[in-house]
Amino acid sequence: MAEAAPRVRAIIEATTRPIMPPHIKLRHDASRGRWIILAPERLFDPDDVAVDVLKLCDGQRTVADIAEHLAKEYNAPANEITADIVEMLQDLADKGVVKT
Amino acid sequence: MNEHSPSHIKETVMPLGACEPSEEQKDGAEIADTTCARAPIGLLAELTHRCPLQCPYCSNPVELERANTELTTEEWQSVMRQAAELGILQIHLSGGEPTARRDVVDIIKAASECGLYTNLITAAVLLKREQLEKLKEAGLDHVQISIQDTDARPENADRIGGYKGGSAKKKVVAGWVRELGLPLTINAPIHRHNVDNVAGIINYAVELGADRVEIAHVQYYAWALMNRASLMPTREQFNESAKIVEKAREDLKGIIVIDSVVPDYYAKYPKPCMGGWGRGIINITPSGRVLPCHASESITGLDFDNIRDKPLAEIWLNGDAFQKYRGTDWMKEPCRTCPRHEIDFGGCRCQAFALTGDAANTDPACSLSPLHEQWAKVADVESHNASPEFVYRRPGGASRKPGMQKSPATSEA
Ligand code: SF4
Ligand code: SF4
Repeated sequence: MAEAAPRVRAIIEATTRPIMPPHIKLRHDASRGRWIILAPERLFDPDDVAVDVLKLCDGQRTVADIAEHLAKEYNAPANEITADIVEMLQDLADKGVVKT
Repeated sequence: MNEHSPSHIKETVMPLGACEPSEEQKDGAEIADTTCARAPIGLLAELTHRCPLQCPYCSNPVELERANTELTTEEWQSVMRQAAELGILQIHLSGGEPTARRDVVDIIKAASECGLYTNLITAAVLLKREQLEKLKEAGLDHVQISIQDTDARPENADRIGGYKGGSAKKKVVAGWVRELGLPLTINAPIHRHNVDNVAGIINYAVELGADRVEIAHVQYYAWALMNRASLMPTREQFNESAKIVEKAREDLKGIIVIDSVVPDYYAKYPKPCMGGWGRGIINITPSGRVLPCHASESITGLDFDNIRDKPLAEIWLNGDAFQKYRGTDWMKEPCRTCPRHEIDFGGCRCQAFALTGDAANTDPACSLSPLHEQWAKVADVESHNASPEFVYRRPGGASRKPGMQKSPATSEA
């Protein structure tokens, strides 16, 4: 299917439903015992929080859903988590690692 | 959550060749130590040196390897499996023109079956749509197409590449790449014959639907060194292009990623070539020679192993050529005691060798090298003189006229 080139910057908000495009690979790197993100000519080294967030980026859940889910898991206030996730995902969206 | 680093994610640009260090690296932070220290992360597989184009800046050695010495399909497939075992994550299939080998599909299949991320670096003019479909089916992850100029200046593009109709064909293939839903990078080597069009090239990459564009100022080794007087932009032209890149990065944030490679003749410090010798990248030539960098054969006196004779892991860990300039122990002054020596690793060994006769010397690209001024002056003088005719890249070397014969350069490999 023809996928039109994105012409506008994707903006991450609580209501966006982020997803990693198929050519970005979140992989467990067994030889180094950690998770990595493979992208064209780039590697990203996510920490545990980032891995948790990215695993939930399925194009179905909104950022708010993800925050709520993790708020329970981490036992932390959802609004703080939301702000943190938005910042992280916006950065990744600008680098083409997540799409909306 | 706040005790974690604010970004949660560390980014590493894979320095295939010579990218600018990231902001973090400039600040002196370790360069992806976790990934590079023991196992390599990237493999540049030069499947063949055959190529229908004849770019005068080609990074292949001036002595091109012949088709009858190329590794077989099975040998490349074994390389892929060994690479995965060694911990390599990304495979760059390059050349020459990798699709001049019909078995590129089988090689990619082997690579993706063992979980490797595959990137096809192509000039695109030989590709057919159905072949691209097969490549995708085989698991290809990413396509990088090189261009010489925009489609608005096809004569210029085709003159630089020495291939008639190349510019138009590339545009068609880029369209197929997007139609198939594969991610696309446009790579544009920059020199004095297109440096005036950097803004146009970035916009063209957006128009083609690329996710990423490389504004890659030519690095002056091999063919490019031979053609330096024809290719070197002036300092003013370079500065202007750098400003355009900076502005476009702001304007096109979230739309396209722009990577740039600067010509080190105009830089203050050298680039960490290959991210450090024997540190993260392996290059394998069409005949199976295993190199720390694609230009390293230019350093005489280094012994290179062949993948036909030894396992990849052994070559990586113990091979003479890899051990020789690995780490920092081999360094001389001023690098030895320089606080930047784990940031740029003393620059490029091949350039140090070519210009000083000793690869262990500081790369003259560094302003701290005693040869730097003299060397930077060469660029200044050459870039202001009229451009001599290109020496086009082709087997057998130095030819002043592009061979416009339509050699399809395909064969049963
Ligand atoms: S730089 Fe040009 S000549 Fe060299 S391999 Fe690439 S397309 Fe072919
Ligand atoms: S002296 Fe050596 S280590 Fe220091 S900046 Fe120059 S090249 Fe890099």
